[in-house]
Amino acid sequence: MKKIVIDPVTRIEGHLKIEATVENGVVKDAKSSGTLFRGLELILVGRDPRDATQITQRICGVCPIVHSTASAFCLDDAFGIADQIPNNGRIIRNLVLGSNFLQSHILHFYHLAALDYVDVTSVADYEGTNPELQSVKNFIARGELAPFVPRYEGDYRLTKEQNRAAVAHYLQALHMRRKAHEMLSLFGGKVPHNCAIIAGGVTERPAVDKITAFLWRLNEIRDFINNVYIPDVLMVAGAYSNHFTIGRGCGNYLCYGVFDLQAAPSDLNKKSRLFKPGTTSTTLEPGTIDPAKIIEHVKHSWYDDSTTGRHPSNGETVPRHPKRDAYSWIKSPRYNGKPCEVGPLARVLVAYSQGVPEVKQAVDRLLRELKAQPDALFSVLGRHAARALDAKLVADAMADWVLQLTPDEPVYQPYQLPQESNGAGLVDGPRGALGHWIQIKDGAISKYQAVVPTTWNASPRDDAGVPGPIEQAIIGTKVKDPSNPFEIVRIVRSFDPCLACSIHLVTPKGWAAGKARVF
Amino acid sequence: MPEKKVEEYPVIWFQAATCSGCVTSVLNAASPTVRNVLVDQVVPGKHVSLKYQSTVMAASGEPALSVMESTAKAKKGAYLLVVEGSVPTKQNGIFGTLGEKESREIPMVDWVTSLAKDARAIIALGTCASYGGIFAARPNPTGCVGVSDLLAKAHITTPVVNVPGCPPHPDWFTGTVARILLGGLPSANELDDDGRLLTFYGKLIHENCPRRAYFDEGKFAKKFSDEGCLHELGCKGPLTYADCPIRLWNNGQNWCIGSGGPCSGCTQPEFPDLFSPFYVKVTDVELPVIGEYWLEKERSARDEKDRN
Repeated sequence: MKKIVIDPVTRIEGHLKIEATVENGVVKDAKSSGTLFRGLELILVGRDPRDATQITQRICGVCPIVHSTASAFCLDDAFGIADQIPNNGRIIRNLVLGSNFLQSHILHFYHLAALDYVDVTSVADYEGTNPELQSVKNFIARGELAPFVPRYEGDYRLTKEQNRAAVAHYLQALHMRRKAHEMLSLFGGKVPHNCAIIAGGVTERPAVDKITAFLWRLNEIRDFINNVYIPDVLMVAGAYSNHFTIGRGCGNYLCYGVFDLQAAPSDLNKKSRLFKPGTTSTTLEPGTIDPAKIIEHVKHSWYDDSTTGRHPSNGETVPRHPKRDAYSWIKSPRYNGKPCEVGPLARVLVAYSQGVPEVKQAVDRLLRELKAQPDALFSVLGRHAARALDAKLVADAMADWVLQLTPDEPVYQPYQLPQESNGAGLVDGPRGALGHWIQIKDGAISKYQAVVPTTWNASPRDDAGVPGPIEQAIIGTKVKDPSNPFEIVRIVRSFDPCLACSIHLVTPKGWAAGKARVF
Repeated sequence: MPEKKVEEYPVIWFQAATCSGCVTSVLNAASPTVRNVLVDQVVPGKHVSLKYQSTVMAASGEPALSVMESTAKAKKGAYLLVVEGSVPTKQNGIFGTLGEKESREIPMVDWVTSLAKDARAIIALGTCASYGGIFAARPNPTGCVGVSDLLAKAHITTPVVNVPGCPPHPDWFTGTVARILLGGLPSANELDDDGRLLTFYGKLIHENCPRRAYFDEGKFAKKFSDEGCLHELGCKGPLTYADCPIRLWNNGQNWCIGSGGPCSGCTQPEFPDLFSPFYVKVTDVELPVIGEYWLEKERSARDEKDRN
C-alpha cells in the first residue's frame, strides 16, 4: 500500500484535495476534499433578495454568469414572474451565458488541460515564422521556464510538429477566450461578474451595433471551434487513445438543461430548453428529473451531522471542524440516492439518450472518426470530446438567437418585492448542473443554498459510504510512476473542477523524497 | 546581434479565499497580452518570471509547492508577491488550507504571512486581498481579512500596493506591475488613502460618467433598461473611485453603467456591506451638484496653499 500526495492540483478553479491509496500500481481508494470554505450562503442571509445575482457570482470568477442566471431564475420564481420574462431579456440572458460557455470550454482545453498532453519545450529549436512561437522560443532560450516547467514528466506523446501546432493554438486560444468575454460584455457590461442579468430580465435593450459586434466575434470563434479546437481534441485523442478507457467514473449522468427557448413557468419539466433536463447512465436510457429527489449528505463533510439528508431548499450550512470521518468542505449531493456526474459529458449523453437529432448526429460522427463505440465516451477523452461538441452546439445556436433580438423592445419585467416567498433556479452551466434555492422572510433572504456542479463531481463519500464521481473515476486507475502521477491529474482535470484542488495519494509509510510526495 | 541580458523578475501569485475572478480578469489583458506578460520582456530588459500561479502553471503538487518555497528562499527580498483573495483567519485559519506538512494541512494564513515577510513588495490584487471584500462580508463566517490588515497585526512592514476591483481591470494590474518594474515602488503621493494608485483610482466614477448629464438634469431611470442616470436604481458611482467610464472593460467594449447596470462600488473598501442593498437608492450621502465638486476642490487647494 502506498500513499502519494499531490497538493495542490493546479490548473483547475478553487481549492480541492483528493486522497488515494495505491497498491501494486493501481489506485485502491481515493478521497476528494474541498479545502476552502467561504460561507457565501451565510453571507447572503439578511440581505435584499435582489443582491443575490451579484453576490452569488462571486462563488466563481470563471463561471460567474451561470450563478447570476440561476439566482435570477430563483428570484423570478420567488417573485412569480418566471413566465413573464420578455423575449429579448430571455435571449440576452442566453447570449451572455452562452458566451461564458465558449470562454470556459476554450480556456479549459487549452489553458487548463493541454499542458498535460502538450510539450511546450518542443518549440526550443523552432525555425518558422510564426511570431508567437518565436517569442516562446526566445523565452525558452533564456532558460527561465516558469510557469511551464516543472511538470510531471514521462508521458508526452505528440510529435514535434503536433506539439508546435498545439502551442501556437494555446496562444491563439488566449485571444479567442478573451474575444468570448468581449462578446459577453457587449450585453453583460463586463466580465468576470456581469451586471446585466437581474431578476426580471436584463438591464439594457439591445442595439443594432452591439448585435453586429457580437455576431462577428461569434463567427470568428465558431471558425476556431470547428477548425482548431475540435481537430486538436481529435489529435490528442489519436495520440493518447488509451485515455478512452480510463477515468470512467460513477456512470450516472444528470443535466438540468440550459438555454430557455421560450418564457415558461419555473417548473423544470415544463421548460423548453436547448439542452433538456434529464438523466441517463452508461446504458444510455433516458430518464426524467424530479427535483424533489435531490438531497445532500454531510457525514463526511465538515458540517453538523444534524443537517444531513436534506433537500437543498431546506438545507443548512453549519460548519463543524474538526469532525470524525469528515474530510471535505464539500457536501455530497445525491440524486435518487446516487452520485451523479454533471458537466458537458452528462449534457451530451442526456441529449443523446433523448435522441436529439443534432446531438446524435454530432456524437455519431465523432465516434466514427475515432473508430470508437459509445462506451468510449465514459472516459477522460470522452469528457474533452463532449466539451468541444458542447461548445460547437452552443455557438451554432447562438448565431440564430442573436438575430432573433428585436432592437429597442423590452428586456425587463417589473415586479413587486414579496415579503415572504421562496424559489428555485436550476440550470446547467459550463461545468454542469447548478441549483440555487432561496427563502424570503420579511422582505429579506432568510435562507440561500447553492449546489454547484463541482459539488456533484468532487463530492466526498455519502452517508452510505459510496464515493463521489471523481473519487470513483480515480479508483482502479493504473499509476505508472508514483513520482509523476500524471494519470490522476488528467482524470481530475477532465471533469474541469471548479475549485482549486489538491490531490492526495497517500500511503501509510510516511514521507519520502520524490517529485510527488510518496509515502 | 546577441540579446542583451534580460533581468528575471520572480513573481509568486498566491490564491487565498478567492473566486479566481481576479486571475480570469487578468487573462483578459489586451495590450500587453497575457503571452506578453508570461514569455516576453514586459518592459525592455525585464521579464516577469511567474514562478507560482496555480491557475496556469504546469506543475501540480509537490513540484509546484517546492517551486514556491525555493523561490521564496532563493529570491528572498527580491520577489514580488501577488495575493489574490482574502485570508481566512478564524480558528487558526482552518477554513482555507494549501498543501500539508507531516500530515497537517497548512493554513493559507501561514503561507501568506511567511511569503509576505520575505517579499520585496506585495500587490494585493482585487478587493478581497485589498480590503477583505465579499468573503469578509457580514457575518464574515471565516474571519477573512485583507493583506494590509493581516500584515499590520503580524507587524510585517513589506510595502503593499492595493489593486482593488471585483474583479480588478487587467490594465490596473499590468499597469501597477509595469510601474514597479520601471520605477520601483510607487511613492506615497502616487497612492490614495486606501493604498491604490491614483493613476487608476484617482477620480470618482460619477465625475466621468457619460450619464452625468442626466444626473445634473435630474433625469433618472425609474426601472431597469430606462434611459437616464441610474442613481435611483442604486448606483454607487458617486462614491466609487475608478476609471471604468474612460477605460471601459473587456478590451474597451463596455462597462457596468454602459449596459444599464448600476455601479456596485466594487473597488471600494466599503464593498459589499456598506454598499448593499445594491439596487436601492443611496440616501445617506450628500451628492455634489454640478460645479460644487470643483469648487470644493479649488477651495481645498487654496486652503492647502494657505497652510504652506
